[in-house]
Amino acid sequence: MNPPTDSAAPDPVELVLEAGRADVHYWRDLWRYRELLGFLAWRDIKVRYKQTVLGAAWALLQPAITLVVFTFVFGRLARMPSGDVPYPLLVMAGLLPWQLFANALSSASGSLVSNTHLISKVYFPRLVVPLSALAVALIDFLIVGLLYLALCAWWNYWPDWRVLLLPLFTLLGLLAAFGAGLWLTALTVRFRDFRFVVPFLLQVGVFLSPVGFSTNNVPSWRYLFSFNPMVAVIDGFRWCLLHGSQSFYVPGLLIGIGVTVFLLLSGLWYFRHTERSFADVI
Amino acid sequence: MAEPVITVEGLGKRYLLAHQARHDTLRDTLAHGVRGLLRRERQNREEFWALRDVGFSVNQGDVVGIIGRNGAGKSTLLKILSRVTEPTTGRVRLRGRVASLLEVGTGFHPELSGRENIFLNGAILGMSRAEIRAKFDEIVAFAEVERFLDTPVKHYSSGMYVRLAFAVAAHLEPEILIVDEVLAVGDAAFQEKCLGRMNAISRTGRTILFVSHNIDALGSICQSGILLESGRIAACGGIQDVISGYHRPLSELSAQFPATGKPCITSVSIDAARLAAGDLVVRLAYESPVPLRPPVAGFILSTAEGRPLFGSNMRTHPPATPAAESRTGTCTWEVPSLALHSGNYSLTAWLGDKAEDFDHKPEAVSFPFVSRRHYPGRPPLHVIGPVDLPCRWTVSGH
Repeated sequence: MNPPTDSAAPDPVELVLEAGRADVHYWRDLWRYRELLGFLAWRDIKVRYKQTVLGAAWALLQPAITLVVFTFVFGRLARMPSGDVPYPLLVMAGLLPWQLFANALSSASGSLVSNTHLISKVYFPRLVVPLSALAVALIDFLIVGLLYLALCAWWNYWPDWRVLLLPLFTLLGLLAAFGAGLWLTALTVRFRDFRFVVPFLLQVGVFLSPVGFSTNNVPSWRYLFSFNPMVAVIDGFRWCLLHGSQSFYVPGLLIGIGVTVFLLLSGLWYFRHTERSFADVI
Repeated sequence: MAEPVITVEGLGKRYLLAHQARHDTLRDTLAHGVRGLLRRERQNREEFWALRDVGFSVNQGDVVGIIGRNGAGKSTLLKILSRVTEPTTGRVRLRGRVASLLEVGTGFHPELSGRENIFLNGAILGMSRAEIRAKFDEIVAFAEVERFLDTPVKHYSSGMYVRLAFAVAAHLEPEILIVDEVLAVGDAAFQEKCLGRMNAISRTGRTILFVSHNIDALGSICQSGILLESGRIAACGGIQDVISGYHRPLSELSAQFPATGKPCITSVSIDAARLAAGDLVVRLAYESPVPLRPPVAGFILSTAEGRPLFGSNMRTHPPATPAAESRTGTCTWEVPSLALHSGNYSLTAWLGDKAEDFDHKPEAVSFPFVSRRHYPGRPPLHVIGPVDLPCRWTVSGH
């Protein structure tokens, strides 16, 4: 019939299904289902702006309006200092990672429930679902990145060599969102309450993270502030994009990394722990 | 002989049925937990074994049909084999790549075009992008949707939708294919085509597990069969033997159904004494978390082969005292002096209200009927049919 392909070749490994049996091949399976991950992300991107008039412009519109509002409220009304950096650039450098985090967290945490029909009918490593949500958030991030470049051109304020470290902070922000998202999405499967927790968390979080202002303004609280993992990410972004003009607080970064690693490991543990019963509970 | 590709030993799956409303919000769970601590009351939960001590093995290239009534555990078995859910007891050994088709068109997105859905659905069913690309033309030809490939599937007719969905699935080429009830869709010509495709797949030495209510289809595709009854294996062997076993337990005068937390039928029973006297009297008990305004029950009387003969519900034949709003209760249906010849019959039960269908139990109970009327020289039933209406002849001859 058809030429044999790699994946159709006989699998010599015997698969045993048993209660409570740890899946030895889980990570290998996850790798094997990477194409599904891509397809799910592609579906979500493709479908999101269907039947909208503005289409992908929505991805720019929201951060643009937030930028204007924050610049007005924090820069003009509250007259927060920004050093020699134009205030909109300061806000945008914070908004960029915050949008990434917020989009990744909210889509990852709703991801399992919105794919109920898949989870109850087909097997695949369930981690594929929240991972694909991250991919979608990353695409949005790149679009908002263009907005940042436009601002750079307007103020003629280009980043220097420090921008090379930006991917590391992007990764840190993604991992923080992923860790929290794993907890929330697995909990939402069992308790739909968590659907209401996420928007609230993000609404409060935007003020508890230094999005509209610089961390330099909260010297006495800085240590406590750092337990919000997004503080380290946003500070890192500003350091990379604004010539290091915003002071960099190393203990804060270490705390942020610590919190992120903790969220990620515990989130993975809880997700893997409850994953087997998703199809029965969802 | 080769080693079996599927070995199932002592397989069981337990579900916990909460009899009170399910705790879907955290507050409910907390409130319930606190109450439980204070009063030391046991949680009101009932165990329900959807599968119990199921064991069998399947050799490479076998095509196995799984049959059983609704709720016999067929779908649970397929869900465990396809790794959607985990068994509670026992184990399954699978040798080879498994693909399962528990639903036609899993993951189809209405906004995406036919072309895009082929790739998405293929990936969900476990095909690689290269595999899908290689079979793309075949899939499109099989589904007969060439002209609409770039139309969003939300604009498809339901026939086109189902054809496309089945076409993707039919081109999966795993070592083990698990299929649930997919032949219940599409028109007769397309069903024929699907059966042909299944036959072709089985000839390439792949193992197929197949659930269907379509006994004819099972008989023509499968060599062996498994009959499940309330979660246990009732028969296992050659497909013809199993199918005849499926029709044999013809006298199940009553049936219980687990409560689902939604308005549902909990039992259906036939009065044996009245049946012996020639009258059909059936009771249907229902249970509902919310008051039904008012409950409407119905029955369809069919032959053992499943051909409907007569049906009635509380709207076509309203009870003398109208039904009141209620959460639980019993509806009784009486057919005095049943106008049927001796034979085997079954009843399908239905529960609804003014606007909605709640529950439906195909062939809920079955019974042998022995008519008290005797007709010497009566032609066989397959010639004259099972209905025995009172009638009279007059003749004028010279």
